[in-house]
Amino acid sequence: MPVGAASWSFTEDDLGAIMRSLQQFLYDSNARCAMLVDRSGQLVATVGEQPRFDATSFATLTAADFSANDQLARLIGETEFSSLFHQGEQESMYLVDIARRVILVILFDNRTTLGLVRLKVKGTVEELARLFTAMFQRDRDSMHQPNILAGAEDEIDRLFQ
Amino acid sequence: MSMINYAAREISCKIVYYGPGLGGKTTNLEHVYGRVQPNTRGKLISLATETERTLFFDFLPVDLGTIRGFKTRFHLYTVPGQVYYNASRKLILKSVDGIVFVADSQVERMEANQEAMQNLYENMLEYGYDLSTMPFVIQYNKRDLPNAAPLKELQAALNPGFEVFESQKQRIAPDPYHAGENLIEQIPTGEWVERAPYFEAVAVTGDGVFDTLKAVSKLVLKTLA
Repeated sequence: MPVGAASWSFTEDDLGAIMRSLQQFLYDSNARCAMLVDRSGQLVATVGEQPRFDATSFATLTAADFSANDQLARLIGETEFSSLFHQGEQESMYLVDIARRVILVILFDNRTTLGLVRLKVKGTVEELARLFTAMFQRDRDSMHQPNILAGAEDEIDRLFQ
Repeated sequence: MSMINYAAREISCKIVYYGPGLGGKTTNLEHVYGRVQPNTRGKLISLATETERTLFFDFLPVDLGTIRGFKTRFHLYTVPGQVYYNASRKLILKSVDGIVFVADSQVERMEANQEAMQNLYENMLEYGYDLSTMPFVIQYNKRDLPNAAPLKELQAALNPGFEVFESQKQRIAPDPYHAGENLIEQIPTGEWVERAPYFEAVAVTGDGVFDTLKAVSKLVLKTLA
C-alpha cells in the first residue's frame, strides 16, 4: 500500500512542451485562455490571456468541481464525465480530463463557439495525455524520483524553528 | 500528491484538517489567515452554508519559506465535519499529503471524535492511503473549556498508536514536542506502538494553531527529503 498520494514533478522542458501544445490550441480555437490544473487543485500552467481573477482559488475550485462531478457520474452509473461545460452570458468554461491526473480548463467568449473548442481540443488532449503519461512514468522510475530535498532535514528543521 | 515545479521552483503540498463538526477546523484556517503576512498567503475560500457550516471545504494557500531554492507552498483544506457530508469530505482527501485531526476536547464530544477518526481511517483506506505511515498529527482543541476531557483520556481514545512491526523501527523515539513522552515505545503488553504527534490548542485565540501547522508541514517536507 502506498504511503499516500505519490508526488510528481515536471521540468522546464516538460513545461515548454505543454505550453507549445496549448498555444497552438488557443491559436486554432480562438479561445481566450487555457489552464492546466492537477487533480489536487494545484495550478500547473496558464497560457493565453492572463486571468484577472485569483488563479489559485480558481484551480482549487476547478478540481473540486471535477471531483464532485466524477462522483455524480458514478451515482448515475457512468464511470466518469470526461468533460464539463459551464455556460455564462459572456464567458464560458470547458473542462476536460487529461490522463486521469490533470484537468484542462478552457475559458472562451463569443469570439468562438463550443463546437470549435471541442473540435480543436481533441488533438490537444491526446498530445497532452501522451506528455503527462510519460512524465508520470518517469517519476515512477526510481532513477528520476524527485529528490531535491534529499539530505535537507537540517534545513527543514531550521525553517520551522 | 505533492507537486514539484522545476520551472517555477516551487513545491506544492496539500494538507487537510479533518475532525468532527464544530471542532474548530475552519477556525484554525481563519487564524492562520489572520496572522501570516498577506504576501505569503492567498485568499481564504469558504464553501459554507448560510449558517457558516462548511458545506464542501475551506481553502487557504500559504507559503512557508524556501528550501534549497524552492518555495514551499502549502494548500490547507478543511472538510465538512457533519456526518451527513461524507461524500464531499472524502473528495477533499484525494491526493492529500498530510492530515491534521482536530479533536473537540469537550467530554460530550468524545463519541463524535471517535466517529470522525473512524471515518478518516475508512476514507483513507478507500483511496489506498496508509494513515499509519503518512504525515499525521492530532490537535486537541478547546483546551480552555471547563468541560475539556483530560489529555490522557483523549490520547487513549484517539491516539492509542499503530502497532510497529518492522524490527528496525522498534526503538524508543522521544516526542520532540513533549518532554518525557515518546512517539514510539513498547507498551506493557509487549507490542511496539507509534503514536501521532499531538498538540493542545485553543483555536479561537490561536494557541497551538501554528505549532500544529508547523509540525505537519515539517513531516510532509521530510517525506520528500
